Amino acid sequence: MTETIKTDVLIVGAGPVGLFAVFELGLFDMKCHLIDILDRPGGQCAELYPEKPIYDIPGWPLITAQGLVDKLLEQIHPFKPDFTYNRMVSSLEKLEDGSFRVTTDENEVFEAKVVVIAAGGGSFQPKRPPIPGIEPYEGKSVFYSVRRMEDFRGHDLVIVGGGDSALDWTLNLQPVAKSVTLVHRRPEFRAAPDSVNKMYAMQEMKELDFQVGQVTGLTGADGQLSSAIIKGPDGDVEVPCTRMLPFFGLTMKLGPIAEWGLNLHENLIPVDTEKFQTSVPGIFAIGDINWYPGKLKLILSGFHEVALMAQAAKRIVSPGERIVFQYTTSSTSLQKKLGVHD
Amino acid sequence: MTKLTFIAHDGTQFDVDAENGSTVMENAIRNAVPGIEAECGGACACATCHVYVDEAWTAEVGEPEAMEEDMLDFAYEVQPNSRLSCQIKVRDALDGLVVRVPARQG
Repeated sequence: MTETIKTDVLIVGAGPVGLFAVFELGLFDMKCHLIDILDRPGGQCAELYPEKPIYDIPGWPLITAQGLVDKLLEQIHPFKPDFTYNRMVSSLEKLEDGSFRVTTDENEVFEAKVVVIAAGGGSFQPKRPPIPGIEPYEGKSVFYSVRRMEDFRGHDLVIVGGGDSALDWTLNLQPVAKSVTLVHRRPEFRAAPDSVNKMYAMQEMKELDFQVGQVTGLTGADGQLSSAIIKGPDGDVEVPCTRMLPFFGLTMKLGPIAEWGLNLHENLIPVDTEKFQTSVPGIFAIGDINWYPGKLKLILSGFHEVALMAQAAKRIVSPGERIVFQYTTSSTSLQKKLGVHD
Repeated sequence: MTKLTFIAHDGTQFDVDAENGSTVMENAIRNAVPGIEAECGGACACATCHVYVDEAWTAEVGEPEAMEEDMLDFAYEVQPNSRLSCQIKVRDALDGLVVRVPARQG
C-alpha cells in the first residue's frame, strides 16, 4: 500500500483555471496538490493550442496560450503547489471526518479536505481511430499506448499515424516485433524529420514497411487480430497484423468523475454561483467543466469562479476562522505570502 | 451576404447567408448544422469541423495549408476534397459554395 498524500485542497486538472485556483486558495493559506492526465501543466492551452493568441485575458491585449500558462506558473510559484502528472483520478470516497479520499489510476491515494474539479473538457484520452469494428480488439490486440515493449515481441505490428508517437514507436519496436508496418494517409509526417529519415532508411533496407493509406478493415477472432486491410492509392492491401497501435491524437472525456455521485448536466457539473460548489458539499467545480445558468466557457469566467470558490473552501478547511477580505495591493499579510519585499 | 449550402449526412440541406470574413464552420454552428462539432472553437486544433467540399468548388476553395493537413490526419474518412471548415473564410467568390458533412467527426 502506497503512502497517503495529504493536502488541504486537491485540484483535479492543471489547466489555467486549476492553476489560478492555487493562487486564490494560497492567499487563504490552503495548500494545494494538482493532478493532471497530461505530462505537464496547462491543459488545453498547452496541449491543443500553445501557440495560439488569446485576446480576452484582462490586461493582456494578446498572450499566447503557453505564455498564459507560463505566467500563471510564475504567479503561483510562492505557494509551492505539488503536481502529479500522467494520472487520471479514478475513485472518490467521503471519509467520516468529512474529508475526501481520492485514488488515481495508478493507485496513489490522496486525502483532502476539499476537492476542486477543474477538469475542463474532461481528461485527454487517446482518440479511437475511424476503423470500423475496432472495439472488440481494444485492450487485447489493439493498444493506444505502449506500457511494456515486451508485449509486442514476435508480433506482426501495424502502427497507424503520422506524428511523433507513431514514428518513435515504429523505430523503437522494430527490433522487437516480427514485422512492422507503418500506415499513414500521406507521405508527409508531423514527426521530427530525423525520425522520418530513419524510418525511410529502414524501409530502404526492408526492415519495415511503410504504406500510404487508411486502415479500412480488420480481420481476427475473439479480440485477436490477424490482419489489417489498408486502402491505398492503388487499392486495398491486406497485411499481417497481430498487434495494432493507432495514434490518432487525443480527445476529451469526463471519465471516472462521472461515477462520483455528483449531479450532472450533459457531461457538465452543475454548481451554484455563490460558491461554485457541486451537489456534494466540499466538492467544487470551476472552469469549463461546470455549468450554471448563463455559463460562458471563458478562461476569465473561470478566474472569477476561483475567487469565490476559495472563500467557501476556506470555511471548510478552517472552520470557525474569520475570513478577512483583503487586497493584494495593500495587505502586508498577503504580500508576505506572495514573497513581496518592500 | 454570401450563400452557403451545407448538406448534412442524412441529406438535409441547410441554405445559409454568411458574412464575408467569417469561417464556414462559424456559419454551420450559428445555423445548428448537425455533424459539425468544432470542439476546439476554430483554432485548427482538432478535426471535428471536417467537411467535404463539393467537386465543383474544390479549385476555388483551394488546398489546406500544412497545419490543417496535419489536423486532417485525425479526421474520419479523409478524401481529396476534405477540408476543416474553420479554415475556409467566406468571400464573394464562394457565393453558392456547397459542402457535405461526413458520417461522423473522428
